Amino acid sequence: MDLAAFVACLGSAACMVNQLTSALITGLILFLVASGLSLIFGVMGVLNFAHGSLYMLGAYFSYSLLGLGHFGLAAPAAALGAGVVGLLLERLFIRHISGAPLLYQLLLTYAFILVFDDLAKVIWGYDFVSTGVPEVFRRPPVLVGRAPVPAYYAFIIAAGIVVAAGLWFLLARTRAGKIIRATADNPQMVASLGINVALVSAGVFALGSFLAGLGGVLAAPVRSIFPGMGFSILVESFIVVVVGGLGSMAGAFVAALLIGVVRAFGSVAFPALEEGLVFILMAVVLLLRPRGLLGVGKEL
Amino acid sequence: MIAGLVLAALAALLPVVYPSTVVLNLGPQILVMGIFAMSLNLLIGYAGMISFGHAAYFGVGAYTLGILLQKTGVGLAPALGLAVLAAALAALAIGFFCVRLGTIYFSMLTLAFAQIVYTVVIRWTSLTGGDQGLIGGIPVPPIRLGALMLPVRSPLTFYYLSLLAATAAFAAAKVLVDSPWGLLLRAVRDNAQRVGFLGASERGLRLAVFVVAGAFAGLAGALMALYVGGAYPDFVYWTKSAEPIFMVLIGGMNSLLGPLVGAAILVSLTAFITQFTNLWGLVLGAILIAFTLYFKVGILDALLRVWARRPSRGRAAERAAAVVRAPSEESPWRS
Repeated sequence: MDLAAFVACLGSAACMVNQLTSALITGLILFLVASGLSLIFGVMGVLNFAHGSLYMLGAYFSYSLLGLGHFGLAAPAAALGAGVVGLLLERLFIRHISGAPLLYQLLLTYAFILVFDDLAKVIWGYDFVSTGVPEVFRRPPVLVGRAPVPAYYAFIIAAGIVVAAGLWFLLARTRAGKIIRATADNPQMVASLGINVALVSAGVFALGSFLAGLGGVLAAPVRSIFPGMGFSILVESFIVVVVGGLGSMAGAFVAALLIGVVRAFGSVAFPALEEGLVFILMAVVLLLRPRGLLGVGKEL
Repeated sequence: MIAGLVLAALAALLPVVYPSTVVLNLGPQILVMGIFAMSLNLLIGYAGMISFGHAAYFGVGAYTLGILLQKTGVGLAPALGLAVLAAALAALAIGFFCVRLGTIYFSMLTLAFAQIVYTVVIRWTSLTGGDQGLIGGIPVPPIRLGALMLPVRSPLTFYYLSLLAATAAFAAAKVLVDSPWGLLLRAVRDNAQRVGFLGASERGLRLAVFVVAGAFAGLAGALMALYVGGAYPDFVYWTKSAEPIFMVLIGGMNSLLGPLVGAAILVSLTAFITQFTNLWGLVLGAILIAFTLYFKVGILDALLRVWARRPSRGRAAERAAAVVRAPSEESPWRS
């Protein structure tokens, strides 16, 4: 425990900006991944254990594509690539067990973690790879007050906020969003209104996978890329869903940022316990609010 | 019970009749992983609780035994007992949170908590050796049997030690699941609400079976640590939680011995696959995908079902029929 460092950090603008930046980056990337997981789960009732693998694929795709072209093209293409993989996953496999017992659904997606991790080993090798900060962002840092924030970090934060806002707009304000929310509530009713529910499911799965891939793309330059990197973010996404509350996008957003803050400031105050703090947060929320912070409806 | 004892007797004769290194190498692994898979099946098959973090208790058992033998002067038997106790306590602490939640969230939480245990093992280097595992191996005192000194690491001694442990564990589990408590457990799986109407505590039952399963997993972990002479982080990693799930599925979840069959298949298959490739995840993943999409019934379950449909139904067949339930027809954990 290092409370002196924590207090010193609270008193220093540079340290505060630094830790807040780190909190926002962690939180927003986590939100992208967790929102995809939550969306797929909410609409289709499928808990996709392979969701972290799509995050990993996003990162690897961007690693490969960055070697070929500009970040502005490579990044969206890599995220779309993850979306396409997700779409194939749904069309070829998950679709076939939508009525099967839950155990089989969980196991099918669980098996894909093993498959994707080993495929990554075959394609990109066993070792850590790194993309480095993309060319366009190798420029002087943005100044917040007098504290410097690296240009790429500022970009992650801006992109994360834009995507989160876009997602909210899509779900809350568009016809497609209404259909998605209605499908989550009552697929039979939606189908009887003449809407193709299978198409909605496929679209939602692709969208959720795209979000996971985008998280991976944004994270690629600041984290190391390796087979199995998707697992820890999968676990954290579960925590986001549990802490934020089932079926609540706003809850997921709050929970993801909260986890970002806990990690960023926890690493200053309790360096040895950084990851543990996130679990303590989850345990506390579960005990005090079993439905999650913004969860609605029945208990989990 | 009788089938199990016959199997144990046959297994005891095997090294005498066919003393090959394959038997002595794979046998203990199958038995130890069989205990591990059986402990998970108490949750999945009997109580309908799908835990994705069962490696946590396996790992706690392994590390407790390893640390006790390496850093203290505790004897083998007390160390085994304490390892099982530590795993049970870990399951109690984690289960306290997990059993509060329904099916899917239970799965998510067990996985998340197993990841904490993994993080602790990696971070607490001074105690666990971090990502190196327990460095220097663990010293094992020989077992004294009258005038006989049996070195535990000799393959033959370990074969019989693991056989003894597995027989005891399976017998204990058999007594448990056939007791009124075991019936209540299946009732929790099939209709938790009615269990509540009967005045039993659903949450209490779920926590109790979680602790029992954790204790058995701890025994398996401790034996594995003895067998390989150390405890390593991959004992706690999520892939270790995946292995017993495969075993339960492939072997069959409607009996205690099903997971053992699964363990035999998976351990042999792994030994075989790793001769050719280290991409066993790809191969096992593909098998599991095919299984979930096409087969859906474990081997022993399928055999029991055939047995139950024999035209001349004796008492044994009726018992088999009572055990066999098609998971796709009346599974409680339907979506």
